[in-house]
Amino acid sequence: MLGLGGLLIYLGIAKQVEPVLLVPIGTGIILANIPLGGLTDAGGLLAVLRRAGIDTELFPLLIFIGVGAMIDFGSLLQRPYTVFLGAAAQFGIFGTFFLAYFVGDGGLRLFDFSFKDAVAIGIIGSADGPTSIYVATLVGTKYAPSIVVAAYSYMALVPIIQPPIMRALTTDVERRLVMPARAPKVSRRTRVVFPIVTILVTGLIAPKATPLIGTLMFGNLLRESGVLERLSQAAQNEMANIVTILLGLTVGGMMEARDFLRPETIMIYVMGVVAFAVGTAAGVIFGKVMYLASGKKINPLIGAAGISAFPMCARVVQKVGLEANPHNHLLMHAAGANTAGQIASVVAGGAVLALLPFFA
Amino acid sequence: MAEEIVEAPAAGKILKVYAEAGKPVAEGDRICMMEALKMELPIVAPVGGTVTKLHVAPGQTVEAGDPLAVIEG
Repeated sequence: MLGLGGLLIYLGIAKQVEPVLLVPIGTGIILANIPLGGLTDAGGLLAVLRRAGIDTELFPLLIFIGVGAMIDFGSLLQRPYTVFLGAAAQFGIFGTFFLAYFVGDGGLRLFDFSFKDAVAIGIIGSADGPTSIYVATLVGTKYAPSIVVAAYSYMALVPIIQPPIMRALTTDVERRLVMPARAPKVSRRTRVVFPIVTILVTGLIAPKATPLIGTLMFGNLLRESGVLERLSQAAQNEMANIVTILLGLTVGGMMEARDFLRPETIMIYVMGVVAFAVGTAAGVIFGKVMYLASGKKINPLIGAAGISAFPMCARVVQKVGLEANPHNHLLMHAAGANTAGQIASVVAGGAVLALLPFFA
Repeated sequence: MAEEIVEAPAAGKILKVYAEAGKPVAEGDRICMMEALKMELPIVAPVGGTVTKLHVAPGQTVEAGDPLAVIEG
C-alpha cells in the first residue's frame, strides 16, 4: 500500500497526471497505512475527516459549489440540443451496473458485489468525481474508496480511452464535418434564470439529485449573477482548493490494505474502463443519430463529450476532429455536450438513488 | 477573385500570428494560434491566396465567429 501511495505521488508530480488529486490521495494512502500511526483510529485525523466530510457527504457537495462557479454553461445554452448527447452518454452508468451485478450477486457470483455495490460501481460511468463519492457513500458500499479512486484515475485517462472508440464508431466523412462557429448570443437574464430553473426542474424529476444539482447550480448562480464576483471567486478558488486538499487526503486515507488488496478491487478498475468506454460509445452513437436527423449538420464526435469529465472530453473531441480535418474546430460544440453531461450525470446519480429502494 | 473570411471557431485569446498582410499563403498554412479552454487551436488557411486583411494581434481576445483574416485567392 505504501508503494501504491508512492506511485500516485510519483504520477502526480513527475508525470503531472492530475497532481491536484493524486498527490493528496497518495499521501493519504501512505499516512493511513503506516503501522500504528493511528491516523485512521477513532479520533485520528483521517478518521475525523472521514466522519465529518465523507460520511456526511459534505465534501462532495462543497466541491460542487466550486464546480458550479467554474462552469460556463453558455456553450450549452447556445446549443440546447447537446443536452441529449449528455443524457445518452450516461448509459455507461447503467451498462456497467448490469455487468457488475451480473458477475456479482445477480448472476455468476464470481465476485463479492451486492446490488448496492453494483450501483456504486456503475456510477464510475458518470465520469464525475464528486457524484461518485456522493452516490458511493450514500448507498453504503464497502468499495467506496476504490470506486472514487477509479473514477478520478479514469478521468485523467480520458485522452487515452476515448479516441480509439471515437474513431472506430465514426467514418472519416463524419469526423471531417465542420460545424459553424457562430452561435446565438445568450442574454444575461437567461444565464441567471438557467441555474434556478434547473434546480426546480431537476428537483421535481429526480428529488434525490437535489443536494448535488442544488449546490452545483448555486455555485453557477454566484458566477452568473454578476454582482457576487467575490463569492464566485472564493467558491472557485479558496473553497474548492481547501476542500480538494481535505477530500484527497481523506479518500486516500480510506484505502487500507485489508479493504484494498482483494480481487474485487481489480475488477472495479476493469469495470471503470468499461463504464467510460460504454458512455463514450453511447454518446457517439447518439451523435450519429443526430447527425442523420439534423441532415448531416452535427458532427457525431461531439457525442463523446457527453460524459462529464470537463473539460478533458471537449479537448479530446477537438483533437480527434482536427486530426481528420485541419479546419475542423469542434471545441465549443463539444463543451456544450460536456457541460450537459455534467448536469446529466448528476441527474443520473439522483435517479439511481431514487430507484434503489424499489429494487434493493 | 473570391474572398474568404477566416473566422474564430471559439471565444478565446490570440497567442501568435503567423500570417502577414499582403503576403501569399497556401491552403493549410497557419494563420494564427489561439487559446480556448486552456487548449491551443491552430487556425489554418481554408484556401490559398493573398492575405488582404489581418484583424488580430497577439494577446487580443476574440468571440466565436469574429473575423481573423481575409484571404483573396
